[in-house]
Amino acid sequence: MSGNWVLSALLILPVVGAILIGLLRGESKETLQNARYIALWTTIIVFLLSLYAWSQFDPAKPGFQLVEQSNWFSSVILYKLGVDGISMPFVLLTTFLMPFCILASWRSIQTRVKSYFIAFLLLETLMIGVFEALDLLLFYVFFEGGLIPMFLIIGVWGGKRRVYAAFKFFLYTLTGSLLMLLGVMAMYWTAHTSDITVLLHTHFSPTMQFWLWLAFFASFAVKMPMWPVHTWLPDAHVEAPTAGSVILAGILLKMGGYGFLRFSLPMFPDASVYFAPMVFALSVIAIIYTSLVALVQEDMKKLIAYSSVAHMGFVTMGIFSGNTQGVQGAVFQMVSHGLVSGALFLCVGVVYDRLHTREIAAYGGLVKRMPRYAVAFLVFTLANVGLPGTSGFVGEFLTLIGAFQANTWVAFFATTGVIFSAAYALYLYRRVIFGALEKPTLLTIQDVTFREQVILVPLLLLTVFFGVHPQPILNASAASVELLLQGVQHAAAAVRTAGL
Amino acid sequence: MTYAIIVFLPLLGFLYAGLFGDNKEPRRAELVTTTFLGVSCFLSWLAFIAVAFSSDPQAYVVPLGNWISVGKLSVEWSLRIDTLTGVMLVVVTTVSMLVHMYSIGYMHEDESQPRFFAYLSLFTFAMLMLVTADNLVQMFFGWEGVGLASYLLIGFWYTRPSANAAAIKAFVVNRVGDFGFALGIFLLFRLTGSVSLEAARAAAPSLVGVNVHVFGMDLDALTITCLLLFMGAMGKSAQFLLHTWLPDAMEGPTPVSALIHAATMVTAGVFMVARLSFLFDLSPAALNFVLFIGGTTAFFAATIGLVQNDIKRVIAYSTCSQLGYMFVAEGVGAYGAGIFHLFTHAFFKALLFLGAGSVIHAMHHEQDMRRMGGLKDEIPFTFWMMMIGTLALTGVGLPFTTLGFGGYVSKDAIIEASYTAHGYVGAYAFLCVVIAAGMTSFYSWRLMFMTFYGRRGEWGGSYAEDMHDEHAHDEPQHEHTHAHAVHESPRVMLIPLGVLAFGATFAGVFFRHWFIGGGFEGFWKESLILAKGNHVLEQMEQVPWLVSFLPFLMMALGFVIAFYMYVVDKTVPAELARSNPLLYRFLLNKWYFDELYDFLFVRPAFWIGRVLWKGGDGAIIDGLGPDGVSARVLDVTRNVVRLQTGYVYHYAFAMLLGVAALATWYLFGGLR
Repeated sequence: MSGNWVLSALLILPVVGAILIGLLRGESKETLQNARYIALWTTIIVFLLSLYAWSQFDPAKPGFQLVEQSNWFSSVILYKLGVDGISMPFVLLTTFLMPFCILASWRSIQTRVKSYFIAFLLLETLMIGVFEALDLLLFYVFFEGGLIPMFLIIGVWGGKRRVYAAFKFFLYTLTGSLLMLLGVMAMYWTAHTSDITVLLHTHFSPTMQFWLWLAFFASFAVKMPMWPVHTWLPDAHVEAPTAGSVILAGILLKMGGYGFLRFSLPMFPDASVYFAPMVFALSVIAIIYTSLVALVQEDMKKLIAYSSVAHMGFVTMGIFSGNTQGVQGAVFQMVSHGLVSGALFLCVGVVYDRLHTREIAAYGGLVKRMPRYAVAFLVFTLANVGLPGTSGFVGEFLTLIGAFQANTWVAFFATTGVIFSAAYALYLYRRVIFGALEKPTLLTIQDVTFREQVILVPLLLLTVFFGVHPQPILNASAASVELLLQGVQHAAAAVRTAGL
Repeated sequence: MTYAIIVFLPLLGFLYAGLFGDNKEPRRAELVTTTFLGVSCFLSWLAFIAVAFSSDPQAYVVPLGNWISVGKLSVEWSLRIDTLTGVMLVVVTTVSMLVHMYSIGYMHEDESQPRFFAYLSLFTFAMLMLVTADNLVQMFFGWEGVGLASYLLIGFWYTRPSANAAAIKAFVVNRVGDFGFALGIFLLFRLTGSVSLEAARAAAPSLVGVNVHVFGMDLDALTITCLLLFMGAMGKSAQFLLHTWLPDAMEGPTPVSALIHAATMVTAGVFMVARLSFLFDLSPAALNFVLFIGGTTAFFAATIGLVQNDIKRVIAYSTCSQLGYMFVAEGVGAYGAGIFHLFTHAFFKALLFLGAGSVIHAMHHEQDMRRMGGLKDEIPFTFWMMMIGTLALTGVGLPFTTLGFGGYVSKDAIIEASYTAHGYVGAYAFLCVVIAAGMTSFYSWRLMFMTFYGRRGEWGGSYAEDMHDEHAHDEPQHEHTHAHAVHESPRVMLIPLGVLAFGATFAGVFFRHWFIGGGFEGFWKESLILAKGNHVLEQMEQVPWLVSFLPFLMMALGFVIAFYMYVVDKTVPAELARSNPLLYRFLLNKWYFDELYDFLFVRPAFWIGRVLWKGGDGAIIDGLGPDGVSARVLDVTRNVVRLQTGYVYHYAFAMLLGVAALATWYLFGGLR
């Protein structure tokens, strides 16, 4: 250990919490309540600790910080942690969303309560690990390991078709990760190290880059998810419990984008430039295709899930635009989407807990009895639509202005997404919130409780705050993105010269 | 500091009414928001006088802080004040303050008044951010912000399906325009490396004749930028092709129509072109397009206005048409005249809408003019106010002088300016605005005669086919209570009418000198491009006497025809409708644009969505991918494992083992 401890602490604390819950005996009311509180306090402490980590982090420095390293883990896998401007926002996003997930599960989870919270805490460790790992194999273990608790959360605590959904999730991601594993092996053989800081400065031959890029792409594209490997997401969201959806949309989807930024772009710059047109095409298809599909959904969660795919299209487009606005916009869009879509799933959870249906047609006129809920839902809907003044706008605007510099047609088609997103999001809002409150099941529905307000209000304030003042995130990632882009722009210049 | 107060007081009002407004005790929220607007309005007039009549040509910029800064892209929050902004500040805060006040009376019976006032103040804040923007992104912020407020206010009576549909339509159609606006911003950033107005202004001359490679073509940089930005203006200002949302927006309460859909928000497009006049003026092609669209809209909206029966819709189409006039002025380079018409129009159109609201209020929420008639003596104050509005809109004044009601001074200036334009487009636009002037007069007087003259309900049976107009009622909660006596509105509603009537009468005469007359240059200073405008202005002085007389002639003609048809021989309208069924239906159904768009865009979007979902995602991707595989596997497992006993764990462990085994194999076996 080299003096830094905070990143390890972030990893270990959730495990400690999980062990404590595991030590609880019995299924009595108090035991379950204790389990809930242990989970809540653990996640809160982890969040506070991550704030401390942030205070120790200097955004002006482009490289990795708070680095710690040890060989005790294994002789091959290096235990090396560190964060830079790209991973720091995601660590914070993870630790920030976690307490809300625990709160959202407070009452809605009534079976196997202890196992549920254990799964969530382990999931937190694994997710933080993904963003902290500075060793390729360690990254891989976290990256794939995260699937297991998620898989359980969907499969055990999910809805009616949970088995189908979990299985689909499993098939897609496993296929992707096996290909990536081959890539990881190949890199290890070539560079004889799995240290990411070393790999970042290793030059792979163009042919090698070509195949490695594809192998990593297979995994990241599924995780994003990009069209056409997105169909697991709507099913997984629909069947997952509310908190599962929040984590899925908020964090797991960001791992793909993070992977592109951590590996594909800096380690295989030539291949990234080569494949950029393909990614653009897939992104644009995703934006238009899934927006249209979102328009006709009858299930709230499915609609939001499809809209997530469209928003991730902006992310991939921004990343491969290869310029500062595009890449920083992509980072911001991921963080913003993590907050906004997480909040939207929480909003769906609020009414699902009351009526136990996600069918849009079962609702209507909620504003009459749930005015506070209507306000919160409206703000998140508008953020989803990318209204200026909400965080959703900043990400979309930056990725689009970045893409416009790279390819005007791509920006043209992607910008049509702003029209579609307005259509499907407001159409959803109208059917759920507006109209006459006539359905007998809704006549006695109650507005958001104190616990639900505790969940929604901070997210709401952050959504507006980052919409008006996005600089905290943009500043954090600026230096690292600049460093990252030097390599890519070098490669792009080489391609241009070769073309001449 | 004053400027910041002007802009942010409405925001405070919004927060107050939104957070602390009490539906049972609405008076406090009403008073707070209205008072804040009053202060804001007072300060705006001070600011306007200070800026417009100072000798300092520079715009005054108040920095508020950094918004987005990435790489070389830097977007600041700031307030820019020059004469153009000053004019808009005055228009926006004055009308907004009066509408706030009027709404205290008009919305008296509503259940959620604080919400209404919160939305009004939110709108005002967004509109002020728009007009004070120092860069295009902040303008876009205000632009979409007013769109949001418009969406919320159109759908204010959320239990009505038609109101909700109209609200979404307004937002989405505006987004189509914003799509162009956004691309325009991106292109300008690519060309100049900045989104600020100052940078664009500085770079504009160097872009003349430059080609830029966009969308696979080499296009004239200035023209394509202007056209993209103008697309946003077309959406916001409801110009031809993107106009369909404005008539439907009348679903909102009438004060909203007066404030947003007549006086302020819809003029944002006109403002934008004037604000960017340094760009548009350098691209003749873009200006011709503006001219063409403006002329077409002026004509086309007027034709629809001729036959509508809903009092608010007549005025809505009139607004659409008058916005066309403003664009015609800008299209010929007479930006001052365009803004002048914006200025006078704000007074008389808000007056007409609020007057119509007073009529609707008096009629217990009846909007169909066929059920009105003879109201002149029952609500005399409202009648006279509407009369002033009509005189101003139709452009009554003394021929060959500059003395007349608001519309006479500003609209006739536009008609004269369009005469000076050269080329086919100029001639076309001139023809459009002249004919539209006659139609404006006709539909305005038709409205007056049907509403205030004759007997109650005498038009009731004339057009049986569209009696069941679903849009004809302002408020659903109230049953038709024709039995109730017609009553004049309370004073809190009448005072704003009086103030606006004063403005409609005198604004034209009083301000002409500065907006388009001799004091022109000292007034606008650098906020508008004047070189060419001045040129147009000189030519305007020299147009043949017939041209200056033409608008007056058309106005008189419209009046005479309307008088004959709706006062002298009342069988003519029905007779005309019967003898020209196709034309009548074509106009009554608004040129069938809604049906066309529904067929071209709305239905296909849903249809494609369904096909992609069921066919693309369901049959092709899933069918060939995971379902195909999992179906086989599940067939097997279903027989082996019972569903309940946590068999999902098996997959999880299989996965874990798989990962571990593979890793182990390669690392410890494979590598060494």
